[in-house]
Amino acid sequence: MTEKIKKNRVLVGKPGLDGHDRGAKFIAQALRDAGFEVVYTGIRRSPEEIAAAAVQEDVDAVGLSSLSGAHMRLFPAVVEALAKAGAPDIPVLGGGVIPEEDIVELKAAGIVEIFTPGTPIDTIISAYRDACEKKSTG
Amino acid sequence: MTIDRLLEGLRQRDPRAIGRAISLVENGDESAEIILSSLDENLVSRATILGITGPPGAGKSTLTNEIIAKLRHQEERIGIIAIDPSSPISGGAILGDRIRMMQHATDKDVVMRSMATRGRLGGLCATAGAAVRIMASCGCSTIIIETVGVGQSEMDIIRLADITLLVMAPGLGDEIQAMKAGLLEVADILVVNKADCKGADILAMDLEAVTRKGSATPTQVCMTVATEGKGVTELLDRIDKLDSEHRDSGERQKRRRGAHNQEVLDWCLEILRPQLLDKIIKRKLSVLGDPRLKAKKILEEK
Repeated sequence: MTEKIKKNRVLVGKPGLDGHDRGAKFIAQALRDAGFEVVYTGIRRSPEEIAAAAVQEDVDAVGLSSLSGAHMRLFPAVVEALAKAGAPDIPVLGGGVIPEEDIVELKAAGIVEIFTPGTPIDTIISAYRDACEKKSTG
Repeated sequence: MTIDRLLEGLRQRDPRAIGRAISLVENGDESAEIILSSLDENLVSRATILGITGPPGAGKSTLTNEIIAKLRHQEERIGIIAIDPSSPISGGAILGDRIRMMQHATDKDVVMRSMATRGRLGGLCATAGAAVRIMASCGCSTIIIETVGVGQSEMDIIRLADITLLVMAPGLGDEIQAMKAGLLEVADILVVNKADCKGADILAMDLEAVTRKGSATPTQVCMTVATEGKGVTELLDRIDKLDSEHRDSGERQKRRRGAHNQEVLDWCLEILRPQLLDKIIKRKLSVLGDPRLKAKKILEEK
């Protein structure tokens, strides 16, 4: 028997043309410090690029950041792209400057969790942990 | 995903199956054995494994990106294993090599995987080796292993490669740094990247001087500007030439055998580690006395 070492793997990236990556980098580092393996894909990615990377990297969850207001289009587009890439089971979480009324709609579109500015980092980390564990048992 | 579906997926070269298979091996899952014994050994032995190493910021990922672009032009299917360090404190890692290679993200014939070192002494060599085999078996004719060449485990991984490039850049330290690192010995081809920057020529001369000493065949130095794709065609020609020389001289086979032995050793240690730890804990050893002697005793008992 070899040692079993399951690590939570997540992808953090920014879809669309928004170049403000401070939030995404902050989340990536916080997750790293919490013991996650974080595949960071950087800014200006298409939903298809994010989905393809998530599949190849076999991540347990995908985290998206948007500060430009395009979240209503881009977040669901990543969910769709994942389904198209044969990975509908990879949960998508999102964060950024997102109005309250959009959150309901985004969750209806399949985004597991949305974080707005001011969310304590521990809340975010535990949401990612839950998403990862749910995925690997499910 | 059931194991049968996974194996079928691997035969179909499905990216999801390839990703899953590598994870299972990496996580030490029991199904790893079934996966690894189902591979096409013929394709594995035919593939060329290219190691790319060098200090952080030398341009390894950018150069890898350009190499991929050129090889894709020749319609090759390519695998990339990009290794980044795990934090020894949290166990987490930021795997950021994809940032420079996203232009190939949706190319179905570019199979990429980021891997964290996970702080294992050896194990990484075994997992990276397994990932190489899975990718080769799924039709990748060239597989690139990219790693920061600093630690011992990273050096071991580089032994998996048929040909190793050491990428340096001006401004990262003088030639003494290169001598210190011990990297020059494992490199087949030296690459001075950012060759348009000040100090590139001097670095190339220094490297040549360092490697020439005592060696009948000095390590070749290639100049590249990866961000502009300059020098990459020439670099690939050299790699090709060297690869065929190695194939003819038997060097390639020799290296493969060495790498294989190393992988087997790694697996032995992976398997033994938890068993031995278990034995050690059960003994409730006192903190006094020679640890080496105790180790010998534990190993001697049946």
